[in-house]
Amino acid sequence: MTRIVIDPITRIEGHLAIEVEVDGGKVKDAWTSGTLFRGFEMVLKGRDPRDAYHITQRICGVCPTSHAHAAALCLEDAAGIHAPDMGRLVRNMVEGAQFLHSHILWFYHLAALDFVDVVAALKAEPREQSLKDVQARLKRFVDSGQLGPFANAYWGHPAYKLPAELNLLAVAHYLEALDKQAQASHISAIFGGRMPMTMTTPAGGSVHIPTVDDMANLRPRLLEIKEWVERVYIPDVLAVAPYYLDWAAVGKGPASFLAWGVFDDPSFDGKNRLLPSGIVTDGLTVKEIDEKAVTEDVTHGWYRDGAPVHPSSGVTEPEFTQWDVEKKYTWAKAPRYGDRPMEVGALARMVVAYAKGHPTAKRLIDDTLAALGVAGKPEVLFSVVGRIAARALETKLIADAMVEWSDAILENIKKGKKETFTHYTVPARAQGAGLWEAPRGALGHWNQIEKGRLANYQVITPTCWNISPRDGKGIRGTIEQALIGTPVADPKRPLEILRVAHSFDPCLACTVHVIDPVSNEVYKVKVA
Amino acid sequence: MMDLNLGRERAPLLHGSREPSVIPSLSRRDFLKICGTMAALLGLGASAVPRIAQALEEAAARRPSVIWLNFASDTGCTEALIKASYPNAAQLLLETLSMDYNETIMAAAGEQSEEILREALKRGQYYLIVEGAIPTKKGYGMIARREMIDIGKEFAAKANAVIAVGSCATWGGVPAGDPNPSGLKGVREALGVESINLDLCPVNEGILVATIVDLLLTNRIPALDSSGRPKIFYGQTIHDQCERRAHFEAGRFVERFGSREEELGYCLYKVGCKGPMAYANCSKFRYNDRVSWCIGAGAPCIGCSEPGWVDKFAGFYERLPGVRVPGIGGVEAGADKVGVAAGAATAVGIAAHAIGTGLSGRFKEKAPSKKAGKAPEKGGGSR
Repeated sequence: MTRIVIDPITRIEGHLAIEVEVDGGKVKDAWTSGTLFRGFEMVLKGRDPRDAYHITQRICGVCPTSHAHAAALCLEDAAGIHAPDMGRLVRNMVEGAQFLHSHILWFYHLAALDFVDVVAALKAEPREQSLKDVQARLKRFVDSGQLGPFANAYWGHPAYKLPAELNLLAVAHYLEALDKQAQASHISAIFGGRMPMTMTTPAGGSVHIPTVDDMANLRPRLLEIKEWVERVYIPDVLAVAPYYLDWAAVGKGPASFLAWGVFDDPSFDGKNRLLPSGIVTDGLTVKEIDEKAVTEDVTHGWYRDGAPVHPSSGVTEPEFTQWDVEKKYTWAKAPRYGDRPMEVGALARMVVAYAKGHPTAKRLIDDTLAALGVAGKPEVLFSVVGRIAARALETKLIADAMVEWSDAILENIKKGKKETFTHYTVPARAQGAGLWEAPRGALGHWNQIEKGRLANYQVITPTCWNISPRDGKGIRGTIEQALIGTPVADPKRPLEILRVAHSFDPCLACTVHVIDPVSNEVYKVKVA
Repeated sequence: MMDLNLGRERAPLLHGSREPSVIPSLSRRDFLKICGTMAALLGLGASAVPRIAQALEEAAARRPSVIWLNFASDTGCTEALIKASYPNAAQLLLETLSMDYNETIMAAAGEQSEEILREALKRGQYYLIVEGAIPTKKGYGMIARREMIDIGKEFAAKANAVIAVGSCATWGGVPAGDPNPSGLKGVREALGVESINLDLCPVNEGILVATIVDLLLTNRIPALDSSGRPKIFYGQTIHDQCERRAHFEAGRFVERFGSREEELGYCLYKVGCKGPMAYANCSKFRYNDRVSWCIGAGAPCIGCSEPGWVDKFAGFYERLPGVRVPGIGGVEAGADKVGVAAGAATAVGIAAHAIGTGLSGRFKEKAPSKKAGKAPEKGGGSR
């Protein structure tokens, strides 16, 4: 038995530590720890409900627009309004561009280095001039002895399997993707003013009124990214996957999936979103969501103990004691859906869409399974490989939809249908829910308004689900379960642990939250 | 929607018959263009272009070490950094500087990343960039089982220069808003060092890059205001540099979002813009390849350039008190509370150069807090 602690886990957002117990070259047990507490919900209390749009964005600088839109939907739910069609389209574009940005960044800059040996790319013998150039730049870089962000990594580890040529191609695309992820964010900024931290889509719709100029600026950027996703990102995933097919059997986790759904259609019904809401458990059995089935447990978090309850009625107080994996070992809580830990993220969204018979998701997934030689076996998606594939396919699905939304915006401009904002009065007393998705998965905001001010505000972020610790019954969290069975060739260089952790794209800044112990009155939350 | 065409796309890549798509190395022409843009952003004339080119080339030859520590943050400033265009992220992080430690992008993890830190500390001679606030309560922020504040102090002591990026690192930021549950503080207060404070939430990527280029060019700490911000970027209000200023002067305002007035780009003061009290050059640098900025896109400024903005400017859609509004013939309600009278002949009741005069501090004391008008609480604050 060997205990391995990886602290910090890098190439994620925020502060995560993982401890595993390895026996016979495989992980036997695992603990995930969030190591930073910020307490946003306490900061929100007492404020103007409209300000939550700006404040909650600072929960996460990687997915600020998702918090922005969950907050906007939450207040709109409380006020009983919807954005006009143009407002809806602007939001979808700002959010969609963020998904493109986030998935490209995740694949090339955060996750790829677990599968691509940068130094081994020097051994390639490329025929193409452009790859020779990249290799020469890489050689100069390595020869300088200053490897910067590539220093002291697990290069040469036996778990790296790519041929040298593919390593080199991936390094070239790492550089190129630095430009693409920025381009995608620039699209968000054209409508949103800046990115990160979007400015224009608070409750009511959009304060920005799209113009033909915007579209002239935006369209070439969007089409360029869309083509690049089709010609580079997806082919790269399919080129790399055959060398790592054994990772289709690693990292399964609880195999229960939750999606609140994202990208509204004109009905504003979560079931009709581009990526619909739903729950998938027990294979591919799909059900509609029941938000009231959510509870949070604090047995193993640094909070004063209490029974697991719905987030709107929990009594919780931060209380750092000591780091002890047998007792308390994280600032994260343990959310459960009907007692189950759930996986959220691109895989969850794509699996829910697939199980619901979403035609585009189904075609994309079936084509991919066929290309990988596992046609008709969607269960192989419940793995590290599945998460990588799901993000790539979702990127394409969203890029295609964005072209359609941008067409719709242009059409609206032409027809003079420019209404972007629904006016409303902040209710004196109300409550609302904003259920949405960040790139990393299901995101829920809940507010309670008293005397026109926020009496309570609750957030359950995607990574809350994924890096959950054990609950009071001892059931492990999602990543903890996924880690079990992971091979570890060299305990001093636990590359394989990073592969599983990164496959969830953890975002820790989002994760840690708190319910104010003073005012948490029980209230019923409406389902959006 | 288009089919994937998996077979057609996959084969050429594997067999190398299609010229892969990669970014070519920077041409001399493009490099000089970047230097030209940078000169303009630093307020320097064309004669500075060769000096900037030389400084960047010298930097590229030795690649100065950067240690980027991420504390109580949301990584928004790292996200801002990688949106940079002049130079872009690859040119800056891989070819000009040696980004030796940044947890968000570095390949190494755990023991191997800790080793990089230990070596950097031994070696010294690095620029320290801090993103995120510093928790002062024990256990509220840890990396490798150490308190963030201890790591920060250790690394600040040996740095060539310390740059605090974004609101969190300069004064605590949004999570330090009332009641500041983790006892967050900024770099100057928590670590006791004279940081270069790059306020805004997140940092403007142009300001961050220009500050680094300026350091490479002059090897000196730039002139700072009383909040530690480089005067060159934070010396004037957003209002004074705003492209909608003429509408303000003419009394043309947006009264309702989504209105005809909004479409015409009128002034956003009446829908909550904090530009008259916010000191930064957002309108000049803009954001994201300079495609837009907050007011440019029709959003009222939330004042995120100012220490304490999250409480000071709470009620982001409420009208800023103390601004004399043209066309209305008077000062808006609340002016008396602020007690600032404009000396200038302009209609604005806020002095243009409050920085260094203590005016900002006075405003901070007297501005209505977010608690004003707040529903009564049973205990407040907690803990």
